[in-house]
Amino acid sequence: MKRIPSSRKFKWLMLRKRGLKSALFRALFTVRLLGSLRDNGHHESESQGLGHPLIHFENVGLRYGMGPEILRDMTFDIPKRSFQFLTGPSGAGKTTLLRLLFMSLHPTRGIIHMFGRDLSQIPRSELPMLRRRVGIVFQDFRLLDHLTTYENVALPLRVRGKEESSYRNDVLELLKWVGLGERINVLPAVLSGGEKQRAAIARALMDRPEILLADEPTGNVDPPMARRLLNLFMELNRLGTAVVIATHDLALMDQVDARRMILTEGRLDIYE
Amino acid sequence: MNELSRPKAARAAKPKTPQKGPPQAEPAQKQPRRAEMRVRPTAPILPPSNIQGNALMVVIAIMAFLACLTFGAVTMVRATASSWQSQISREITIQIKPEDGLDMDAALKKARDLALTFVGTREGTIMDETATARLLEPWLGTGLNLADLPVPRLVIITIDEQNPPDFNGMRAQLKTAIPQAFLDDHRTWVDRLVSMAHTTVLIGTGVLVLVFTAMILTVIFATRGALSGNRHIVEVLHFVGAESSFVASEFQKHFLKISMKGSAAGGALAALLFAAANIWQSNSLATPESDQATALFGTFTIGVTGYLGIFATMIVIALLTTLTARFTVMRTIDEIDLIRSDPARSDGLPAS
Repeated sequence: MKRIPSSRKFKWLMLRKRGLKSALFRALFTVRLLGSLRDNGHHESESQGLGHPLIHFENVGLRYGMGPEILRDMTFDIPKRSFQFLTGPSGAGKTTLLRLLFMSLHPTRGIIHMFGRDLSQIPRSELPMLRRRVGIVFQDFRLLDHLTTYENVALPLRVRGKEESSYRNDVLELLKWVGLGERINVLPAVLSGGEKQRAAIARALMDRPEILLADEPTGNVDPPMARRLLNLFMELNRLGTAVVIATHDLALMDQVDARRMILTEGRLDIYE
Repeated sequence: MNELSRPKAARAAKPKTPQKGPPQAEPAQKQPRRAEMRVRPTAPILPPSNIQGNALMVVIAIMAFLACLTFGAVTMVRATASSWQSQISREITIQIKPEDGLDMDAALKKARDLALTFVGTREGTIMDETATARLLEPWLGTGLNLADLPVPRLVIITIDEQNPPDFNGMRAQLKTAIPQAFLDDHRTWVDRLVSMAHTTVLIGTGVLVLVFTAMILTVIFATRGALSGNRHIVEVLHFVGAESSFVASEFQKHFLKISMKGSAAGGALAALLFAAANIWQSNSLATPESDQATALFGTFTIGVTGYLGIFATMIVIALLTTLTARFTVMRTIDEIDLIRSDPARSDGLPAS
C-alpha cells in the first residue's frame, strides 16, 4: 500500500473532489480526529521519540497451562500509522496474539513494549489506561444487547467518566460516518450483521485509539460489505491510526497491498 | 486506490439514509433527520431488573424487617426495664417484724423519724393497717384483723435518686434502735432488672449481628451471581478500557437501588407493626388481653428514638449492601482479570 501523507491539505483536496455537501460530517469528524492524533503524536515524541513503534514484541512465547507453546519466538514491531493483515490457518494463534496485543493476556516469556513501555513493569491498575489507547473489534461484535447502537458506541466514553452531553455530537457524527446515522436508537438484536460490525468498529474508534485491532471483521458479512469495511479501515489508517486486521479471507487481503503477518504453527513470518 | 476507497466508504454511509422513507423524497428526509438527533435517556449499563434482583430485594426486606423488629423490641424492653428500675429505686422500705412486747406503732414512727434524719431522704409514709390489709388481700382474703396476725409492717421512704442516703449507716442505726427493723433498699431487684435489661440488649445485639451477617453473605452471593450473570458485560467493559472501580460503581448503583427499596419496605413494615400494636394497646386498654400483653412486653411505645433507630437501621442496611457489593465486585473483577491474563490457568478463560 502506498503511504499517503495524511495532512489537512490532502483532506481538503479530497473534499474538493467530491461535493462538500456529502463530506461535511466526515470533514468535521476528520479534522477533529486529525487534531487529536496530532496531539497524541506530540505526546509520544516528548516521552519516547518519534522512532518508537507502537508495539514491540521480543522473543515472546506463550503456552496455555502445561500445553505446547501456541506462540513461539515472536519478534516484531507494529509501527505507527501502519496497516497490516494478521493471517494464518484456524488455530494458528491469531486470537491469542490479538489478546497479547490488547494486554489481556500475559506472555509466558519474552518482552512486550506497548507505547514504549515494558508491559511487565506496568502495574495492573494502569492497564485500563493503556487499553484505552487501543481499539478492538471482535468477530462476534460483543455489543451489549440492552443498549442502543448509540449507547453501545458511546460506551468507551461513558466508561471514562465523561458527561453524556459532552460527547453526544461526536458519537452521532461517528455513527453517520460509519453509515449508522439512521440506526442510533435501535437495539443490536435488530441490526444486521454488517450494521453490528460497523457499530462494533465505531465503538472501537470512539475514543480515537492509536491502534485498531480487528478480529475477523469481515467474517460475518458478504463480499461487498467486506470491501466497504476494508475501505473504512483504510480510510482510518490514512487518518493516522495503525490497523491490524486478523483474517483468513485471502480475497480480502488481495485487494490491498499491505504488510502481511502470517502465523503458522506458532511462528510468525512477515511480508512487507 | 484512494479514489476507489473514498466513494465506497461514502456509499457505505449513504445507502442507509433512504431506508426509512423509500419513495417520498423530501418529507421523508426531514423527518428522520429530526428524529435521529433525539437519543433516549441513557440506559444503565447493567440491565435494571431481573428475577434475581427481585428475590434479593425480598430477602433484604425480610432482613431489614427482622433487624428493625429486633431493634424495636430491644428499645422497648430497655424502656420498660428502666422505668421499673427508676420507680423502684426511688424508694426504700423499712420492714418491722412483730414481736411480743413490741409497740408496733411507736416502732414504726421511730423508724420513720430515724430514717428521715439522714440526708437524701425526702418523705416517710407508714403503711397503715388498711393498706397492709389490702396488700395481703390476695393471699389472706378480706375482713382481716391485723391485730390477730403477726404481720410485718412497712415504712416507705422516698429518696433523692441523685443523692441517695447512706444505706449502711441507716441500717446499722436502725438495728441498734429497733432490732426487729429491716431495711430493704431493693438493690437485689434493681440489680436483677439491670442485668435483665443488659441481657435483653445483648441478645438483641446478637440477633442484629446475625441478621447483618446473613445479609452481607446474601449480598455477596447475589453480587457474585449478578457478576457471573453479567459476565459478558464485565468483559465488554474491560475491553473498552473500564477500570474496576468504574465497573464496581455500576454494580453498586444497581445494588443500592435494590437494597434501598428492600430495606425501606422492611423497615416501614416493622414501624407499621409497632404503630399498629401501640394503637391496639391504647384502644383496648384495661382488657385482659391487653394487660397480659403489657405484662409480657411492656407498652408498645418505641418513641421517636425507636422510629429514628428503625430509619437508621434502614440506612445502615442500604450502606452495608452497597459497600459489600462494591468490595465483592472489585475483588471478583481483579480475580477475573488475573485468571484471564494468566496463560497458565485456563479455568476462567473467556470465550475468545
